[in-house]
Amino acid sequence: MPPITNMDKKILLAHGSGGSLSHRLIDEVFLKNFNNPFLSEKDDGAIVEIGGTKLAFTTDSYVVKPIFFPGGDIGKLSVFGTVNDLAVMGAEPLYISCGLIIEEGLGQGILEKIALSMAQAAQNARVLLVTGDTKVVEKGGADRIYINTSGVGIVKKDLSVKGIEAGDRIILSGSVGEHEVSVLLAREEFPFNSKVTSDLAPLNQLASDILGVDGVKFMRDPTRGGLATTLNEIAEGIGLGIVVCEDKIGVSDGVAAVCELLGLDPLYLANEGKMVVVVKRDCAGEVLKRMKDNPLGKESEIIGEVAAELNGRVCLRTRIGGTRILDMLAGEQLPRIC
Amino acid sequence: MKYIDEFRDRDLCLCLIEKMESLLGDSEVTIMEVCGTHTMTIFRSGIKSLLPQSIRLLSGPGCPVCVTPAAYLDQAIALSEIEDVIIATFGDMMRVPGSGSSLETQRAAGKKIAVVYSPLDALNIARNNPDKKVVFLAVGFETTSPSVAVTAIEAKKMGISNLYLLSAHKRIPPALRLLAEDSDLNVDGFILPGHVSTIIGVNPYLFLAEGYGIPSVICGFEPLDILQGICMILYQLKEKRAVLEVQYKRAVKNHGNPGAMALLNKVFIETDSEWRGLGVIANSGYAMGEEYKELDAKEVFPLKERPSVENEGCICGEILKGRKIPHQCPHFGENCTPYSPLGPCMVSSEGTCAAYYKYG
Repeated sequence: MPPITNMDKKILLAHGSGGSLSHRLIDEVFLKNFNNPFLSEKDDGAIVEIGGTKLAFTTDSYVVKPIFFPGGDIGKLSVFGTVNDLAVMGAEPLYISCGLIIEEGLGQGILEKIALSMAQAAQNARVLLVTGDTKVVEKGGADRIYINTSGVGIVKKDLSVKGIEAGDRIILSGSVGEHEVSVLLAREEFPFNSKVTSDLAPLNQLASDILGVDGVKFMRDPTRGGLATTLNEIAEGIGLGIVVCEDKIGVSDGVAAVCELLGLDPLYLANEGKMVVVVKRDCAGEVLKRMKDNPLGKESEIIGEVAAELNGRVCLRTRIGGTRILDMLAGEQLPRIC
Repeated sequence: MKYIDEFRDRDLCLCLIEKMESLLGDSEVTIMEVCGTHTMTIFRSGIKSLLPQSIRLLSGPGCPVCVTPAAYLDQAIALSEIEDVIIATFGDMMRVPGSGSSLETQRAAGKKIAVVYSPLDALNIARNNPDKKVVFLAVGFETTSPSVAVTAIEAKKMGISNLYLLSAHKRIPPALRLLAEDSDLNVDGFILPGHVSTIIGVNPYLFLAEGYGIPSVICGFEPLDILQGICMILYQLKEKRAVLEVQYKRAVKNHGNPGAMALLNKVFIETDSEWRGLGVIANSGYAMGEEYKELDAKEVFPLKERPSVENEGCICGEILKGRKIPHQCPHFGENCTPYSPLGPCMVSSEGTCAAYYKYG
């Protein structure tokens, strides 16, 4: 058989999962073609300096199915998702653009509902939707509606993995997995009565509440690929290890039940209203207090710390007191079959 | 969560580990957990990091995806090439490599492949697409096969004539007998699959203790279940006994589930079956019975027997027999990873190689 070259390879759904295959695609295709100092940071957005002002700039596309789910819809998601990317970069989100790709045949009422939801979300997050574009494609050319948003904000504080050192604490702002499970259940492929609401929320206020504390070094919102993937990205970025305790990571009963039934691991499930904060050890108490004072962070916990060992890997202390490596998500999470 | 958290109690787990140490004394013990779900619990809960070093756990042939041969995948892939066919499959099968392609790659090439969570979902797809032929990839052990039997019965009852089953269902006891008869097998005790036992009961395993003198315990799937099961084996070894015991009493009845067994016997007949790495084992599989031949994809679709290619050097077979561990495979972690698996043990979330790779 002739060797398989990159030209023969096909893009698989797993390339969009946010896990290792997504990372590989970024390295093999995008960094290779577009490489520059901003992009090579491989962050969720870029920090650019214009006229002495540091701006955070990010973009994201939203293709969630179904477009309405408990706790939100594609419109609200497209605003908060981009707001959150800016917020965890240490920026105050200001302006957002919106590009719509609509499949012909979508009800105008549905579009209006989504637009209203976006408007309310923008107001809630105190950002302005300042420019946009609409394209309509033929039936079957898209699945109802896709939204791309880009956003800019002013950087309030420089955050970077570079300042992270052994002993720093890892804080998580609440329980994990609600967004992905709520969307999964909204697809109505399972005969479960479980009610799980997405955690979709704007994180800019929560982020701004703690930015004033000196010891805050890095923030990230664990979306696709979940907490495990975010922790691995941080560990890889610093070349140090991270140790987290399973019993400190909140999982709601509804999420836990669905995970048990389908064989999913909540640590790999997407969140849309949670953040992970890396903070200097002596400041952890103060940051935790401030986070708990915000309704979106009231379940915040110190879940672990940065370790000098482990060399870029993440270790989980399990509930029964054992340890195991917590790897990045490989491919799509697959349900077990027995 | 109720009835789950109780079985993950740290203090009780540590108690059992201490107990193991006193039972072991100076001896070294090798135990095989047969079921892939046990392997997953062992890794996910970090049991290996807690066990005394003189206990070695081996993973057996109890992951349905891992023992499905490349030839079966090749048949499924060939079926997906047929114009009006929709393949319905459990997600675990998507990335299993056949001889050349995988279902995941077929899907990306535009073939119609639907991931389902229950065989009844396949029935719904068939009902909603009367102009298509839906082929369900029926893999799994006695835990899964009764629900497939129900699906076949329902399809007939409802007059749905466009659902077909490609059966590679397997029976666990014949594979265990093959292992027990293997003179190279170095196993002091078996942790037997709890969920399979809820269906088939305890009698099919009696030969392990009575015929081959191997202590055997049917176990549940939570960390405490497994640790208690290991302790029960250690007790037997210390007292030089070999019996079949049930740790998973909250779910397993001695006679299993006669209703489910009746469904299996109604729809399927026992047949010789190929296990990846283990070869063909007599009476170790289920084929569609006479009454359900019209649902049998092998009968309905003319599938050419083509020679299948298993990857050279892949030691999945040795791993499934418990003779080797993944680190002894030249491909492990090099050109065989969960991103591009060569063998099925790396694909399935329950596969030994995937578990070793993910959880180290």
